[in-house]
Amino acid sequence: MSEHEYVPKSKAAKWFNDRLPLLTLGAHLTDYPTPKNLNYWWTFGGILTFCLITQIVTGIVLAMHYVAHADLAFASVEHIMRDVNYGWLIRYIHSNGASMFFLAVYIHIFRSLFYGSYKSPREVIWIIGLMIYLLMMAAAFMGYVLPWGQMSFWGATVITNLFSAIPLVGDSITTWLWGAYSVDNPTLNRFFSLHYLIPFLILGLVVLHIWALHIPGNNNPVGIDIKKPSKDTVPFHPYITIKDAFALLVFMIIFAGFVFFTPNVLGHSDNYIPANPLVTPAHIVPEWYLLPFYAILRSVPDKLGGVILMFSAIFILFVLPWLDTSKVRSAVFRPIYRQFFWILVIDVLMLGYVGAMPAEGIYLVLARVGTIYYFLHFIVVMPVVGYLEKTDPIPMSISEPVLTGGAEPSLARKGNDKV
Amino acid sequence: MIKSNIKLLVLSFLLLISFRPIHSAEMVDPIKVDWSFKGLTGTFDRASLQRGFQVYKEVCASCHSMQYLSYRNLGEPGGPEFSEQEVKAIAASFEIEDGPDSQGEMFTRPGKPSDKFKSPYPNVQAATAANGGAYPPDMSVLVKARKGGANYIYSVLVGYEDPPPGVTLDDGVYYNKYMAGNKIKMPNNLMDGLVEYADGTESTVDQMAKDVTTFLAWAAEPELEERHKTGVKVIIYLVLLTILVYLSMKKIWSRIDSEV
Repeated sequence: MSEHEYVPKSKAAKWFNDRLPLLTLGAHLTDYPTPKNLNYWWTFGGILTFCLITQIVTGIVLAMHYVAHADLAFASVEHIMRDVNYGWLIRYIHSNGASMFFLAVYIHIFRSLFYGSYKSPREVIWIIGLMIYLLMMAAAFMGYVLPWGQMSFWGATVITNLFSAIPLVGDSITTWLWGAYSVDNPTLNRFFSLHYLIPFLILGLVVLHIWALHIPGNNNPVGIDIKKPSKDTVPFHPYITIKDAFALLVFMIIFAGFVFFTPNVLGHSDNYIPANPLVTPAHIVPEWYLLPFYAILRSVPDKLGGVILMFSAIFILFVLPWLDTSKVRSAVFRPIYRQFFWILVIDVLMLGYVGAMPAEGIYLVLARVGTIYYFLHFIVVMPVVGYLEKTDPIPMSISEPVLTGGAEPSLARKGNDKV
Repeated sequence: MIKSNIKLLVLSFLLLISFRPIHSAEMVDPIKVDWSFKGLTGTFDRASLQRGFQVYKEVCASCHSMQYLSYRNLGEPGGPEFSEQEVKAIAASFEIEDGPDSQGEMFTRPGKPSDKFKSPYPNVQAATAANGGAYPPDMSVLVKARKGGANYIYSVLVGYEDPPPGVTLDDGVYYNKYMAGNKIKMPNNLMDGLVEYADGTESTVDQMAKDVTTFLAWAAEPELEERHKTGVKVIIYLVLLTILVYLSMKKIWSRIDSEV
């Protein structure tokens, strides 16, 4: 944060800034030198901030009308939909907002995987990001329970029952989580409490995530270290702010399309049936963004094994910076890894697909193949490819490839027309 | 660049939507009806909503509750839009339990527009017991609570058939080709001419099924018309703003030698 010293113009501002350097912080954020070659995959950080704020604001309003009680929750949601002014809009923004949040976070994570943003010196940014992602999943899961429909109830039953797989103390832990001997009113109450808490924890982690980002500065599509500030960078404002604003607006158009024209397509119709502990739905499925992990869970015949594997699928990402042995960050210059990256994308999409299907026949086979590949990618492919791969020549600076144009064939690959 | 990114975004959304869970394979796909409320600017057919309410009131309401609706909803914009007098008269035709009064006694009085729709049974258990062990579901959000939505509800209403050979049915169970498992405990209540429509429309089974389904679709999504109208405005606004911001971005980035 030492590009240049910021000196407030007025005496009053200087007095305040000497005591709490908020103006220095503002100046830092405005001037923050950002690589000028960031493509649109880099706009999802800003989009995610928008998603978080949207969820918090709509959530606070919903909480003013929602009643966290097993007998009243479903009716209070209908009350919001029918009697609260624009309640339907606020609720649909909140419920679709969760899906949009996850869509954006998955793009953000895969962007990081493609361009090696998790690698040194950005490991801590990556780990904080994963903690945010974990909290997001917890918040989304508990939020889905609150309307107290059939999928709420049975989803909560399935997920909380996972903890009963823990040897010896599993059942006690599950009872403790429920606050009862089954998913019931105490469960709903505590889920509401935690659902309200978690977004603020996420907000705190987002501050740390951005702070950690501002120490080394942004990675970029070329993946090289750049001098800051230099002719390779632009000040964050107005260059990046306007670009983020444009991308955010495109994102909002799609968001609005869901909210206004097909607000229930990402949900499950069974969740408009009030929770009934005596009737189990034919297929209990989580929301789409949890399906790949659901597929991994169900691919193992043993319950404890499935739970361990499912959690490992997330926790393996925490050690990714040390599993990747490549010295080159960006997959643009990694011809072999780049192909494995896309195979991983397809693998995760396939796991999501089979997660929505019954765990039988071909779907079970696909789930198992997909699960094995998922782990092979991180445990075997990442270290081995990074070690053996012959990478393409890397430019010395961001400006260089722009100046040399198409002379270097490796720089003109698809999806990176700005390199 | 922008174009290919947008394409990718759209593609990811299509993928999302295709991740819909499947249902049991026994039932036939519901009939596709060209509802007036489908599509980006869909609205409800006012006359059909009013007829549908009549079918609900005279046929369905003897077993099915609609506990989340109030009589006043019948007069609100985007719904059947009965006049204020009609809504008052409809509400007043029901005896609503109120109280306790100053003596601690419950009493009944004629309904008011602010009252919720009167339920036919005091509770779920009573409804279940009176209907051969099958609870007639509350219909407030029924269209949203069934895969296939309005098409499915309509299909079940017109999907009663004699069971195919080899299928035996218990007493009080009926064969319906659109129902999951093909067995339904609701008898086929619709027959031609059952309801005498106030507007003189011929009350065929198909007409009544369509009208009452339209009514139920509105009941599940009373905000639909406003949602569609607002949505069109919001999208137009966002598109215009996006164009302006895009042009500003081009202008700002033209100051340096880098492309955006």
